[in-house]
Amino acid sequence: MDDLRQKYLEAVASVTDEAALEDVRLAAVGKKGEIALKMRELGKMTPEERQVAGPALNALKDEINSALAAKKEALADAALDARLSEEWLDVTLPARGRPQGTIHPVSQVTEEVVAIFADMGFAVAEGPQIENDFYNFDALNIPPHHPARQEFDTFYMHRDEGDNRPPHVLRTHTSPVQIRAMEKTGAPIRVIAPGRVYRSDYDQTHTPMFHQIEGLAIGKDISMANLKWVLEEFFSAFFEIDGIKTRFRASHFPFTEPSAEVDIQCSWVDGQLRIGEGDGWMEVLGSGMVHPKVLEAAGVDPEAWQGFAFGMGIDRIAMLKYGIPDLRAFFESDLRWLRHYGFSALDMPTLAGGLSR
Amino acid sequence: MKFTLSWLKTHLDTDASLDDILYALTDLGLEVEEVHNPAERLGDFTIAKVLSAEKHPEADRLKVCNVLTDEGEKQIVCGAPNAREGITVVLAKPGMYIPGLDITISVGKIRGVESHGMMASEREMELSDEHDGIIELPSGEVGDRFVDYLAEHDPAKVDAMIEIAITPNRPDALGVRGIARDLAARGLGKLKPAPEAKVEGTFKSPISVTIDEDTRTDGCEVFMGRLIKGVKNGPSPQWLQDWLTAIGLRPISALVDITNFFTYDQNRPLHVFDADKVKGNLRVHRTKGGETLMALDEKEYTFDAGMVVISDDEGVESIGGIMGGLETGCTEETVNVFLEAAVWDVVQIAKTGRALKINSDARYRNERGIDPAFNPVAIELATQMILDLCGGEPSEVVVAGEVPDTNRAYKLDTDRVQSLVGMDIPADTQRETLTALGFELDGDMASVPSWRPDVQGSADLVEEVARVASLTKLEGRPMARASVGVPGPILTPMQKRESIARRTVAALGYNECVTYSFIDKDTAELFAGGSDATMLANPISSEMSHMRPDLLAGLLQAAARNQARGVADLALFEVGPAFHGGEPEEQHIQVAGLLVGATGPKDVHGERRTVDLFDAKADAEAVLAAIGAPAKAQILRGKNAWWHPGRNGNICLGPKKILASFGEVHPKTLEKMGVKGAAVAFTVYLEEAPFKRKSKATRAALGASDLQAVERDFAFVVDTGVEAASVVNAAAGVDKNLITNVHLFDQFTGETAERQMGEGKKSLAITVRLQPKDKTLKEKDIEEVSAKIIAKVEKATGGTLRG
Repeated sequence: MDDLRQKYLEAVASVTDEAALEDVRLAAVGKKGEIALKMRELGKMTPEERQVAGPALNALKDEINSALAAKKEALADAALDARLSEEWLDVTLPARGRPQGTIHPVSQVTEEVVAIFADMGFAVAEGPQIENDFYNFDALNIPPHHPARQEFDTFYMHRDEGDNRPPHVLRTHTSPVQIRAMEKTGAPIRVIAPGRVYRSDYDQTHTPMFHQIEGLAIGKDISMANLKWVLEEFFSAFFEIDGIKTRFRASHFPFTEPSAEVDIQCSWVDGQLRIGEGDGWMEVLGSGMVHPKVLEAAGVDPEAWQGFAFGMGIDRIAMLKYGIPDLRAFFESDLRWLRHYGFSALDMPTLAGGLSR
Repeated sequence: MKFTLSWLKTHLDTDASLDDILYALTDLGLEVEEVHNPAERLGDFTIAKVLSAEKHPEADRLKVCNVLTDEGEKQIVCGAPNAREGITVVLAKPGMYIPGLDITISVGKIRGVESHGMMASEREMELSDEHDGIIELPSGEVGDRFVDYLAEHDPAKVDAMIEIAITPNRPDALGVRGIARDLAARGLGKLKPAPEAKVEGTFKSPISVTIDEDTRTDGCEVFMGRLIKGVKNGPSPQWLQDWLTAIGLRPISALVDITNFFTYDQNRPLHVFDADKVKGNLRVHRTKGGETLMALDEKEYTFDAGMVVISDDEGVESIGGIMGGLETGCTEETVNVFLEAAVWDVVQIAKTGRALKINSDARYRNERGIDPAFNPVAIELATQMILDLCGGEPSEVVVAGEVPDTNRAYKLDTDRVQSLVGMDIPADTQRETLTALGFELDGDMASVPSWRPDVQGSADLVEEVARVASLTKLEGRPMARASVGVPGPILTPMQKRESIARRTVAALGYNECVTYSFIDKDTAELFAGGSDATMLANPISSEMSHMRPDLLAGLLQAAARNQARGVADLALFEVGPAFHGGEPEEQHIQVAGLLVGATGPKDVHGERRTVDLFDAKADAEAVLAAIGAPAKAQILRGKNAWWHPGRNGNICLGPKKILASFGEVHPKTLEKMGVKGAAVAFTVYLEEAPFKRKSKATRAALGASDLQAVERDFAFVVDTGVEAASVVNAAAGVDKNLITNVHLFDQFTGETAERQMGEGKKSLAITVRLQPKDKTLKEKDIEEVSAKIIAKVEKATGGTLRG
């Protein structure tokens, strides 16, 4: 029996493929294999002999079967290893392309501004870009032939002969949206109005189209001091720098009174602009308390309501925040520029997550 | 508005520094734009004396001078012909910057002889073009600063020139006196008494003036004039020439310089006629149209009907309040002068000035509004100045019209500054401020001075008080939230939709562009635009003449520009307004995407291919899905001329409701736009898809069945013109309860297909998914449905099941 055991265990160990292993199995534990033949001999034995030889033969059969199963698994593993080792790929090959889109800085910055003002309770108002001269001028206390009209470099729309209405204009500012918004909801109101505006001017620092954001807050006791606070809160949140100071300088806009130009604190270090530090000032927006005539034009009683308005350039604050040098490039759609200054599609500005990454 | 410091000081008694004045001006709302201060650059030059001057041993033209300076005797080599013993000179020491040479000098050796500084010429200090020799001063102590010497002996040379921006509401600040008044109100000195004069006429003016009845309203309010005979019109005195030169005006003659002086000194434009060239009397009237005048700028102007002019017996001689005529202008030979001071209607001046395109100092001031009450004073002051500078004998003043009454008063509510601005300014201070600005207070009523046409209500009084007190001192104060608690959403459904669409397209790999809203006419016409209604009356260039009818135009232009830079494959998009007309409401929002060239760069996986229609369609559908448009939309063929006629479609809810278009751009359109290679695009009309009715956030329960779904494939042979949608729709319509999805998975067309199935035929294969709801499908059920599907598709398309 020991001979038998040794013979077959050695045979199992020495085979190198599954066919040879099957041959060994048949020879050992197959129906006509040597173990089966030995089993048949059990009948000829005395009961005593059988009691010894039977279990021994069964144990031998189990042992050989285990060895066969183990060998089979080992052979399969070896075969898999061999196949896998042949399936080597150059993992340094480039991956499949996934196109990377971008969001334009104007869109991104507009959403940043909206996120900040939304927190302060400002809704977003909109209005047409071809505007009639009532909303763009008259309602904003700029009567016809007022010299202030000429300061806007207005684009006028064509008028057919016989159409004697004053020509429409391409809105020169987002301020007409103030009027439309107040007409719609009355006071109290808090809105911002971002969008395209147009002026006939094209040079190093001007483009005939650019973007403004208008702010309007009308209430019972909203003052210019509130305006200053709102703007300082806005600038600190927008530039992500605590405690940015503003300076108000008296100025004149027909639609506000008093009017102020607003500067933000900044410094120049080695030709690099730093916002929120130093003792320099940079003009960033125009603002003031809404003129009683403007409230009246929009159907709001100036005896009962008061508030502020401001307007600033979206492109300009985008340039300041993200260090974009040239305004004209905003509208040239140079792919290199779009990729360099653009933002990822999922880069949603939120106050919870921070405006910029 | 330009003026000099010394000019300012004729109206303002002040010892404030230039810096303090500049700060106050800007803070008051008179924003300083430029300052030219010669003293700043000359501050280090000192006075020295040449003790001896010997010929340079190595150079005939050079002299070696021994110069007494505040730091002792110095040796200086000098090439000026006038360098000689005993003269008083201006010294630049080593290390100093010489503005006229733009260099910083140092101790050097000139032809072997050390030189410790330089003696300066006027040109080297940018005082004049004089460079024949070094400056010789008639007096001056060694060591004194040269600027101090100049300030005493030749103040014009060190007079600071200041330029400020004047907002349209402040015509008074277009005169030096108005600026001085603001500074005095701020506390930077005391406003000097207003100059006065009263000159009695000695004879009756031979020239009379009338204003036509129809010109009295909205034309000319008042016209005052007087003749001054026997004047001598030579050059004006040096001080006047210096002031005018400093603010960029060319001195011409005393008479003309006097009118310019009043223009800038007190915002009071005047005009002088050569009386000998005026034929008859002067008449202020409206033009009939067609009259012409050669004006002082030597250009001929033709008048429209209704403009206001001054004529004599021979015709128009002056464009009232805007520009005089050349014919009757004063020259060096003028001996009898007729002086005009008039008040014109501001709107009429603005209209006429704009129509004639004349930008004169007179128009600029008359259209902003001069001080009408100053008119009678101005004519006396100007007469006096003419008599002083040119001599002569004045006539009595002739007057037509009346000085308009500008008297008005508004209530000063001293609490209003606190409630409107948020500044705490004592009532007394407020009253003092207004008084200093020329307001007259009677109780709480403030009368507005005649030079402030902009003040039209109580709010203006608040503005004046706050402005003079300085808005810089304003402290921010928190603004209460509009409501308590977590702020609600503030974007409208449309605004949210726009943002989602934008970010979806970017996520699909497109780069967002912002292109101009106006394009050229030819391009606009390619996209069904370019009508006169969408045309600008005054475009900045012919490239930007029409409002864009479609965003694709700008994207194709952008693509062409990028291709010119060597980028062949592009995915560009824009979200923004397009204009289908010229009225405010004729604007709609589009999302346009453009794919040009290949799907990506050459790659090892062989995935690069030319973009096609179905890329654009997929992206359009992705945007529609993202904004929540109904999933079941029709695809109809489109007709727009900028698409390939056989390769474009509209995604519609019914034939009139187009949610989006997609397609291959017409090769001719590409050629005209200069774009090379394949180009496909989509446009989503963002406002078109219906908005979901606002309901609860809760979703309907999930209806997932435990029963096994079954899929069956069918292929049909149909005519090549049959659209896939008709096969899919027919199959889907067989049993809407059982069939959950029909998907077209194969199209077999082309020569091989036709060889197999017959000419003009193709095969379309669909997978139909059956989802039973109550019991498992048996083979018999499936066969029944399959038979119905085959019958219905065959009926709908005229095709047959492919065997």
